[in-house]
Amino acid sequence: MRRVVVTGLGMVSPLACGVEETWKRILDGQSGAGPITKFDASRVATKYACEVPLGDGTDGTFNPDDWMAPKERRKVDDFILYGLAAAEMAVKDADWMPQDEESLLRTGVMIGSGIGGLATIAETSILLHERGPRRVSPFFIPGSLINLISGQVSIKFGFKGPNHAVVTACSTGAHAIGDASRLIQTGDADVMIAGGAEAAICELGIAGFNACKALSTKGGDDPQAASRPYDVERDGFVMGEGAGVVVLEEYEHAKARGAKIYAEVLGYGLSGDAYHITAPSEDGDGGFRAMQAALGKAGLEPSAIDYINAHGTSTMADTIELGAVERLLGDAAEKTTMSSTKSSIGHLLGAAGAVEAIFCILALRDQVAPPTINLDNPAVEPRLSLAANKAEPREINTVLSNSFGFGGTNASLVIGKVAD
Amino acid sequence: MSDVADRVKKIVVEHLGVEEDKVTESASFIDDLGADSLDTVELVMAFEEEFGIEIPDDAAETIQTFGDAVKFISDAV
Repeated sequence: MRRVVVTGLGMVSPLACGVEETWKRILDGQSGAGPITKFDASRVATKYACEVPLGDGTDGTFNPDDWMAPKERRKVDDFILYGLAAAEMAVKDADWMPQDEESLLRTGVMIGSGIGGLATIAETSILLHERGPRRVSPFFIPGSLINLISGQVSIKFGFKGPNHAVVTACSTGAHAIGDASRLIQTGDADVMIAGGAEAAICELGIAGFNACKALSTKGGDDPQAASRPYDVERDGFVMGEGAGVVVLEEYEHAKARGAKIYAEVLGYGLSGDAYHITAPSEDGDGGFRAMQAALGKAGLEPSAIDYINAHGTSTMADTIELGAVERLLGDAAEKTTMSSTKSSIGHLLGAAGAVEAIFCILALRDQVAPPTINLDNPAVEPRLSLAANKAEPREINTVLSNSFGFGGTNASLVIGKVAD
Repeated sequence: MSDVADRVKKIVVEHLGVEEDKVTESASFIDDLGADSLDTVELVMAFEEEFGIEIPDDAAETIQTFGDAVKFISDAV
């Protein structure tokens, strides 16, 4: 089987624009949460979120002009802007901007989103209602469709290989990296630009998640403490936005061009809960089977896992996942670290799995587990370390990243150091 | 230049992101100013909005250049 390695990383997060800037702040225990500024939140129950910090591009701020000309930006929803920015970072980091036809034909894109252009759809629907169909922009549809990040990236860089987009709610980013890896394994492409993006912090998005009782509502006085996975005081997730994109590459292809290789995708597992539209089953069976399948593909025992980036959204489901992980690991749990970086950046929905896979790769590189911040009183006594409130330097050779989505869709990735 | 021409030019510059001096009488939106077919639909919508007129689809197809737009709108308002 062809091996798949990671050769480029790109990220736009609520902590910063850029992979290294975000990672530094994650390890430092910072939070990206604050009062909502993207719309007037006076009517919705949750008035805080983890927004991408806008600015002139210095000090980790995100400057839209750096990534897309103003006249093009008007035509796309923010999720496409974030996705395109993260993809450009990843492609440049990988130094993979080929000009020859063969390389372009062998490079594909698979960047998904959980919801797509929700804010644009909401605004356009109001416009339709108030002013009629003739006022609907010709860019409404191509600016809102989920697969248009993949389309835009292929147009910008000329990548003519498989062009695809995953839509599996909060598992999107992990599924995209897993599925894109498979396309390389099966020979459909040699290089895949893969990940997820989301920008659902709009009135309709917050109102919708509030209605299904998924969001934190009690953190208004201190938004930075609202996302608190595993803590007894947790009361729902804090919505984040942004994008994570990786460059995946066939191992020999990467070696032959002398690419910088971060890590290898060792295993990928998928499962369905067949249980409930928004809740996981009490025993965490779906997540358990996804992890088991990923380890099986990697040919590894559960004890091989040093660090787990949990789905851990700061909801009641945190302890269900924790239970499934401890059941999988058995006694090996004692020497394993698991953390939820959603404590720092909130829940990036369709981007979460991709951003978190990148944190896993950086944990491998730097031999440090990022912290679960705001974890003051664990709801249950864990057998493994949750890296509470402080990054945990430790030996890390193999990592696992979990993503679970509405509809009962689960994905787990096993990533490790590259062995010759 | 007429008031209509000024207002049309402003819209073209904003929507297509082009320099003002490129927007000449005979400048074609698609061939000279970098627009694609969707951009021209949006331009026509912006003209309708700005001047409070309706430009039917068959008339919109005849508006190929800056000069065409100014002439059509001047006749319509």
